[in-house]
Amino acid sequence: MKADEVVDARGLLCPMPIVKLSQKIKALEAGKVLELDADDEGAKADIPAWCGKTGNEYLGMEDAGGFYRFFVRKTT
Amino acid sequence: MAGDVRDKVSIICFSGDLDKALAAFNIATGAAASGMEVTMFFTFWGISMLKKPTGRKGAASLLGRMFDFMLPKGPAKLPISKMNVCGIGAALMRRQMRNKKVQALPELIQMARELGVKIVACSMSMDVMEIPREDLVGVDEFAGVASFLREASESRVTLFI
Repeated sequence: MKADEVVDARGLLCPMPIVKLSQKIKALEAGKVLELDADDEGAKADIPAWCGKTGNEYLGMEDAGGFYRFFVRKTT
Repeated sequence: MAGDVRDKVSIICFSGDLDKALAAFNIATGAAASGMEVTMFFTFWGISMLKKPTGRKGAASLLGRMFDFMLPKGPAKLPISKMNVCGIGAALMRRQMRNKKVQALPELIQMARELGVKIVACSMSMDVMEIPREDLVGVDEFAGVASFLREASESRVTLFI
């Protein structure tokens, strides 16, 4: 999947991945896709939950071996 | 009448323990990052984490000075609620958190402020422990139970920590 912007949250634990995500997505235009890289296992549940809560679209996750790439489309 | 229930969280921070404070600020920053409005009320032992590290300036009664001497001065000095062992447990916990790259409490508080979390200090507790406003840092409002109840009535999530 191709993203317009990438945020590196590797090595960071809860709640930092969603804090980083919320800060980065603010600067993005609606319709653009943000990739968040994280290795916190909790992020697998938290990123979709954050999307559900904020109304942004969760596009999915890729296992990059050692970390995960999460893709989120800004809708709000 | 109170306003309608909004997408808001109200947290009472009663405890002055590091572990509980971390839980409170974790939820607060997470909620703020999810677009929720957040208010944190600091009362009793929770006030300690708003204190400046310098400690009490100026005159106070003997009891007031004792409170200042006995209680932690700021978020970097809080004990943990279990296995504290005169601060050894707290120091080990802080080291472990640093190694695991978990945000330290002072950073988490700073993050909460940047995300727009409202910090309210209980004026009754401050009066009892003789803590003047100048001894606290980053407080948006000094208030009491009526203010908390108004905010809590408008909140979907209310926590006492």
